[in-house]
Amino acid sequence: MNIIIVGCGKIGSTILESLATENHDIVAVDTNPKVITDISNLYDVMCLCGNGVDFETLEEAGAKKTNLLIAVTGSDECNMLICYMARKLGVPYTIARIRNPEYNDKSLGFIKQSLDISFAVNPDAVAAKELFNLLQFPGAESIETFSRRNFELIEVVLKEGSVLDGMSLIEMRKKYPASYLVGIVQRGDEVYIPGGSFRLQSGDRVGITASASEIEKLFKMLGTMEDRAKHVMIVGAGRYAHYLTKHLLSTGATVTVIDKDKSICQSFAEANPEAVVICGDAASEELLMEEGLMSMDAFITLTGHDQENILLSYLASSKGVKKVITKINREEFYSMAEKLGLECLVSPKHMVCDILTRYARALAGSEGSQVETLYNLMGGKAEAIEFIVGEDFSRKSIPLKDLKLKKNTLVAGIIRGRRVIIPAGSDQIEAGDHVVILSSSKRVSQLGDILE
Amino acid sequence: MNRRMVCHTVGLIVLLEAVLMLPSLVTSLIYKNSCIQAFIWSILIALLLGGAMVAVARPRTKVLYAKEGFAITSLAWLFVSLVGALPFFLSKQIPNFIDAFFETVSGFTTTGASILNDVTALDKGLLFWRSFTHWVGGMGVLVFLMVFLSSFSDRTIHIIRAEMPGPTVGKLLPKVKDTAKILYIIYLVMTALLVIALLLSKMPLFDSLIHAFGTAGTGGFGIYSDSAASLTAAQQWIIAIGMLLFGINFNLYYLILIRRFRSAIRSTELWVYFGLVASAVTLCCINLSNVYHNISDLIRHSFFQVSSIVTTTGFSTVDFNLWPNLSKTVLLLLMFFGACAGSTAGGFKISRVILLFKNCGAEFRHLLHPRSINVLRFEGKSVESETRKSVTGYLALYTLCFFIIFFLVSFDSFDIETNFSAVAACFNNIGPGLGGVGPMSNYAAYSGFSKIMLSLAMLLGRLEIWPIIMTLVPSTWRGWRA
Repeated sequence: MNIIIVGCGKIGSTILESLATENHDIVAVDTNPKVITDISNLYDVMCLCGNGVDFETLEEAGAKKTNLLIAVTGSDECNMLICYMARKLGVPYTIARIRNPEYNDKSLGFIKQSLDISFAVNPDAVAAKELFNLLQFPGAESIETFSRRNFELIEVVLKEGSVLDGMSLIEMRKKYPASYLVGIVQRGDEVYIPGGSFRLQSGDRVGITASASEIEKLFKMLGTMEDRAKHVMIVGAGRYAHYLTKHLLSTGATVTVIDKDKSICQSFAEANPEAVVICGDAASEELLMEEGLMSMDAFITLTGHDQENILLSYLASSKGVKKVITKINREEFYSMAEKLGLECLVSPKHMVCDILTRYARALAGSEGSQVETLYNLMGGKAEAIEFIVGEDFSRKSIPLKDLKLKKNTLVAGIIRGRRVIIPAGSDQIEAGDHVVILSSSKRVSQLGDILE
Repeated sequence: MNRRMVCHTVGLIVLLEAVLMLPSLVTSLIYKNSCIQAFIWSILIALLLGGAMVAVARPRTKVLYAKEGFAITSLAWLFVSLVGALPFFLSKQIPNFIDAFFETVSGFTTTGASILNDVTALDKGLLFWRSFTHWVGGMGVLVFLMVFLSSFSDRTIHIIRAEMPGPTVGKLLPKVKDTAKILYIIYLVMTALLVIALLLSKMPLFDSLIHAFGTAGTGGFGIYSDSAASLTAAQQWIIAIGMLLFGINFNLYYLILIRRFRSAIRSTELWVYFGLVASAVTLCCINLSNVYHNISDLIRHSFFQVSSIVTTTGFSTVDFNLWPNLSKTVLLLLMFFGACAGSTAGGFKISRVILLFKNCGAEFRHLLHPRSINVLRFEGKSVESETRKSVTGYLALYTLCFFIIFFLVSFDSFDIETNFSAVAACFNNIGPGLGGVGPMSNYAAYSGFSKIMLSLAMLLGRLEIWPIIMTLVPSTWRGWRA
């Protein structure tokens, strides 16, 4: 597929990297020649130095033959304009990043319709929603939902002394009977699709798929069920904090927000009058203690500096706060943060990247299947993909045990109507099903890809 | 330095060369030449060597940086030349290996300088191979390799950049593989058209192929000792125009292919190139009006020689060594210009010359108004300061290398005109020079050492110096094993 990406900043280059590995023909456009040179050195894509709003630049990028244009420049207005022009030039699908809270849902709909933008993505809102989900279920390190929240994939890290330590999956199933599936395990840097004899160890990052109610049942049996966070402290009053606070306040939680900048605090307080807004330096332990760090259910660092986020989170987790969430932008810091014992790491740009990659795959998808959802798991080492099975899928109504699946792939769930099936060998894939696939080898862009 | 990756890629190139020798083998089978065995042996050696290199060095990671690109390019060219020399050497038709190496380097770098006193004595199979190296070398062996390797590495751009001539290298399509493919398709179609044109002018098929290879790669190996002098006037016209066309940036052909005629026509480099050719032809015509009395001969010979030299091909229809001094000087100057960047031609490249002049202009304005901000514009875009720096840097390096080799070659007791033009002709990948290495003579008289130096000059000129220098610097090879 031919794709144009305008704007190669944080999000732009992450999307570019992800789409480039999927063998699309990509043209990257940016105004900064330095950025463009770097990208041309790193990826096999065409690079154009120029302003995406410029008609000639778009034409030179080959807009006439392009299937998808993604506008992720720093300016919302530019993105809208680029998408509009691309539509006029004949690009069938356009995606714009629009993140200013002022373009609220209603006006966003109007903008999308009148500019004919196929998809408007707000990274901040997306990330805030994910953060919010995490806080609703603090036992998990991440929660990915499929098929309108019927079916979930939960990642948990087995702590030292966990009841599951040293237990094989068959024993686990006997001891804790419920309808779930341990689909994927990360140990060290390796990612496994485990078989029944696989023994879990403490320190493993385990991905479990099940319906939401079954997961709750399992966690209750394991004794690790925790209530949703009621008292939350957030450092950094940026846009993420803004959206997250809105969600939290609507569920009746108390939110304390700390930021250094007075004017930012001011406007934040105006927008969220129910939140406690503190203007001060969160790096001071004194301040955190005074604001009641010890009584918090969750501590979330959302400042613009990864280093600051990591250190503050480390401080909070060493003080014994139960749930600590750290926002990290640079992948390089991921492993370091994990070494410090920070388990719940979020990267907004990767969340957005997941969404856009999914969109691109859905456009490219064929062979009787359509990508509905896609998540990167275990720090990008594995993927969970939800497909809707089309009428023309060649292997429907064949028991799973007779299907020759590729190594490193797993059918983790079949959702038929409102019924969630944790698949066993005798289950079959039917047309109209939603099928969730786990893959540690990546590049499953259609359902047929899982077959040998 | 990812040495495994370097070794692996060079091995792949050697394997590719074994395949590239097959047409020559077929030719020698058709003509039942004695060189059949030499080709079979060469192909076996290439397969073994290449296979061994590929198998021994399985890269653990396919990451490439600029320095790997440089190393791969220069080593690939060295190995390709060494292996390519085998058929000449093993068939004992060029008994001295240095001579065989010189001839092969001259072929791949599209120079066309020969050490053969009598070309006609060579077997047809070897003649075919000699000219076929022009064709492959013209667009580049590594670019050719890229056509076949899908998802070789994300960063193959470093290899392409090191091999493709010109101050900046841009891709035509998002993927390197597709870009390489489209370049070779354009190249192949243009060569085929040239062959058809020559066939229509009643040239035999074998001769047409040889001349088309020499023209397309802007190389200049022929099958007669007097180069193109014994061809008919029509054939000479076809080759002259062919050379001129292969000296144009291939990006422009792509633009024409995707119907962006206006962008193609607006190219500054193209018009400077045409202007240069036109004025050189005019000067020669005026200067030579006493030599050739027939006006059609006058124009044809002037145009052919100018086109041949400016595109660094090196075919000749007359012994321009006998021309008056002004015309000879014009040709000598043209040697240094070369044709457009992104073509199969060698030399300094017109676009670099234009940038140098524009740079001088900017310098001049800067002296007049010391606080002025000067932006260079070329092909409708402003030139980055990196590119400006690299062009002036390249000039310095070019001059330096040129004079060092000139000095080293001077140990052989030839006159200055011969030596200077020999180095100029090799360095700019032209072939024939003036004096003792004129179009009707050859390089056989030089000593072994000078031949190696001149071979080096050809490689330096073809790869635009940096890759070879970078490969010779020890610090390139230091550190990071993978």
